[in-house]
Amino acid sequence: MSGLFGHVNKGESSSESDENEKIQQDSDEQPTEGKKENSADDLSSLSAESISSESTDSEGGKYSVGIDLGTTHCVLSYVDLSKDEDELTQEVMAIPQLTSPGVVDDKNQLPSFLYLAHEAETTEGSTSLPWSEQPQYLVGEIARDLGSKTPIRLVSSAKSWLCHAGVDCKEPILPSEAPEDVDRISPFEATKAYLQHLKEAWGNKHPNAPLEEQDLIITVPASFDPAARELTVEAAKAIGLNQALLLEEPQSALYSWIDNSLGDWRNHVNVGDVILVIDVGGGTTDLSLIAVTDQEGNLELTRIAVGDHILLGGDNMDLALAYTIKAKMEQESGNRLEPWQVQALTHACRDAKEKIFNNQEMDNVPLVVPSRGSSLIGGTLRSELTREEVDNVLVAGFLPEVPVSERPVSKTRSGLRTKGLPYAQDAGITRHLAAFLAKQLSSVEDFEHVELPENATFLHPTAILFNGGVLKADILSDKLIKTLNSWLVSEQAPEARLLEGADLDLAVAKGAAYYGVVRQGKGVRIKGGTAAAYYVGVESAMPAVPGMAAEVEALCIAPFGMEEGTEEAVHDDEFGLVIGEPVRFRFFASTIRRDDKVGTRLDYWTDEELEELDEIEITLPEEGHNAGEVIPVHLSAAVTEVGTLELHAVSQQDSHRWKIEFDVRAGDD
Amino acid sequence: MNKNYAIDLSLMPSTFDLWHVYLIVTVIVLALILIFVLLAMIISMARRAKKSAEDKAILAAVPVEPEVKVVEKIVEVEKIVQAPAPEPVVLKEASSDAALQLLSILQKDARFIDFIKEDISSYSDADIGVAARVVHEGCNKAINEYFTLKTVRSEQEGSKVTLAKGFNASEVRLTGNIVGKAPFSGLLIHKGWKVTDVRLPKLTQGHNAKIVAAAEVEL
Repeated sequence: MSGLFGHVNKGESSSESDENEKIQQDSDEQPTEGKKENSADDLSSLSAESISSESTDSEGGKYSVGIDLGTTHCVLSYVDLSKDEDELTQEVMAIPQLTSPGVVDDKNQLPSFLYLAHEAETTEGSTSLPWSEQPQYLVGEIARDLGSKTPIRLVSSAKSWLCHAGVDCKEPILPSEAPEDVDRISPFEATKAYLQHLKEAWGNKHPNAPLEEQDLIITVPASFDPAARELTVEAAKAIGLNQALLLEEPQSALYSWIDNSLGDWRNHVNVGDVILVIDVGGGTTDLSLIAVTDQEGNLELTRIAVGDHILLGGDNMDLALAYTIKAKMEQESGNRLEPWQVQALTHACRDAKEKIFNNQEMDNVPLVVPSRGSSLIGGTLRSELTREEVDNVLVAGFLPEVPVSERPVSKTRSGLRTKGLPYAQDAGITRHLAAFLAKQLSSVEDFEHVELPENATFLHPTAILFNGGVLKADILSDKLIKTLNSWLVSEQAPEARLLEGADLDLAVAKGAAYYGVVRQGKGVRIKGGTAAAYYVGVESAMPAVPGMAAEVEALCIAPFGMEEGTEEAVHDDEFGLVIGEPVRFRFFASTIRRDDKVGTRLDYWTDEELEELDEIEITLPEEGHNAGEVIPVHLSAAVTEVGTLELHAVSQQDSHRWKIEFDVRAGDD
Repeated sequence: MNKNYAIDLSLMPSTFDLWHVYLIVTVIVLALILIFVLLAMIISMARRAKKSAEDKAILAAVPVEPEVKVVEKIVEVEKIVQAPAPEPVVLKEASSDAALQLLSILQKDARFIDFIKEDISSYSDADIGVAARVVHEGCNKAINEYFTLKTVRSEQEGSKVTLAKGFNASEVRLTGNIVGKAPFSGLLIHKGWKVTDVRLPKLTQGHNAKIVAAAEVEL
């Protein structure tokens, strides 16, 4: 009956003028409800089907869940472990998120953006999610959308800040451009918010299988330093996900490729292969080398090297194109483009670029920057993007065909202490790649099956695996392969082949979920351990020279490739720590010194060999001791099952252990 | 003998003769018959009373339901009486929320309402063309994102198609010279579009669907 009532009312209202309609809606709630019921008619009955098919499972179930916590997007993938081994299917969960105020949509990707809305911006109930009336932060597409018009309230690239030396990631520092009266949050808090959203979204779709009870793998860039890994795990723990494990993204991409091959991967790689994983995402470029070796007749995979953290990705490409077009348009019209027009141009360039990539015959794509007002035809600017521009800016700019001896413009140390993120100064991905391969030349020495010619100047990969949305464009991926192969040919090495069949957008999340299956012993596991050797700086025993800082020696506390679940202690070196007083050590990492053992002391090293990370700090609490008492300790390093590095100071007297904190960044002033 | 039969009520019989015996026996027999008949009557009446009581009990055991049934029947009757007059065919009312939502999507992605509401008579075709690109691109993106569209007929437009008996008249509309019986054979003029999936986003409770584009004020 109420439905009929609603019909009648609606019929009336639709014949009324706009003002009346509004008043009616405000004053009369009954008919609106009637309408709501009616809306479950016709069209929505189609979507009802898809909703029911997605609906929740009745029994709890046990899942392996992989979360790709990307710089620009998060993806969640899962495998139902309760099924038989043959039936294991990989699924990517659509993540409900606000796309604009009042609209909730399911999307496979959750944009890693967070918007700190002003109270006047949202009306009550317009930001509610299926699991929360009033979420603390706006996360996902709505954040990116609102932030594009109000950048001072937008938090982006929180992940890159986690790995940014020189800032305290638990201090509210984002958005870094925000004026005084905008509340800021810490990169750690933002990471927590993304994970929280994913957790709630999972809980919403699987009410009987809370995420806390599932196997959970979170991926991190291979180049993440120990502090950034620790922060990621801590963020997960802070929202109750205590069981989360870490996995390096390039490894995850390879796992996904193995899973996709349905057991056929053994026919595509051979003993002695060195697989180069090139992951160019929205914000970062991540490189890894994985060797295929033979272990008692079985193929074995070992991650042998990871690259530096390079803040260079697809977003830089879109920006580069937009600025090229901006210059062209300003030259033509004589007017400067406003920031919002550049923003719109960036969007337009992203779409236009893809069209040119996907359509060989298309040589130019019109670009349109619509006016912001309601007059669309009057204020719209027009330009076009040509294939030549794409070739010049993207291919030549980001993937220049350079000899393998070229190196990226080196970043200066002072750049690390600035306010913003340390974006790569050299956009040439191929130069970064050349530097990485040359640096890792010696990384395969320990592998008997991998052979390199005597005179090789860089490590020769034999297979390439791509990951990241940018490399979906054939023009770019072909160019990358071509450049790499030209280097190989110049050293008389066979060309590297591409490992086909990777899902470039979703592989990392999928691989992570598959890794959960592998951990149960149902597949080949990539060996790796720590991707670097770690050192603390200790004053050398040299006599002090007046006017000069005391020489520092690097003491190795964790060797390269330390396996998960192992611990090594530096028994020979003893430190006297004063109770109650914080003691700091300089902290170094090396991705190329593979042979240093625990306790090795270096009195000289090049900048390339050892990279200085943030200082680490130990404070011995007073409990059971007197303030000022000196306790002899030695250092001990452990790689946890989770995948983080843990440093402890161990008392020589009673074996009492104190944890050494990593994240004391920016505290050295 | 003086045969004078006078009635003398004070006279008492002094002998017990055969007549008296007769009379007594007759009285007793009659009395017995009377008692028997009365008894039979009482028993039969008692039985009938029992039966009727039982019947009454049966009637009493069901009674609540039949009473309600009766009421229901009355209602039904009322309905039936009411129905034929005001219930011709109930037309489905299209949901305005979904329509407003689609408008809002098209405005957001394609500036659809801006374009339609603008007076285009004063602009050149080239200018309109530039704006049309915005609308076309945006609409295309939105439609692809929220709907899955398929053609109804897979044949080439302009080719000959044959419609077997029992074809779906809502999917294929016949025009022109419609005579005879299926199978029909004719030219495919338009291949038709069919939405196979709708994925419109959900709306929060507090959302006012009638604001298809909020006014924007830059501070």
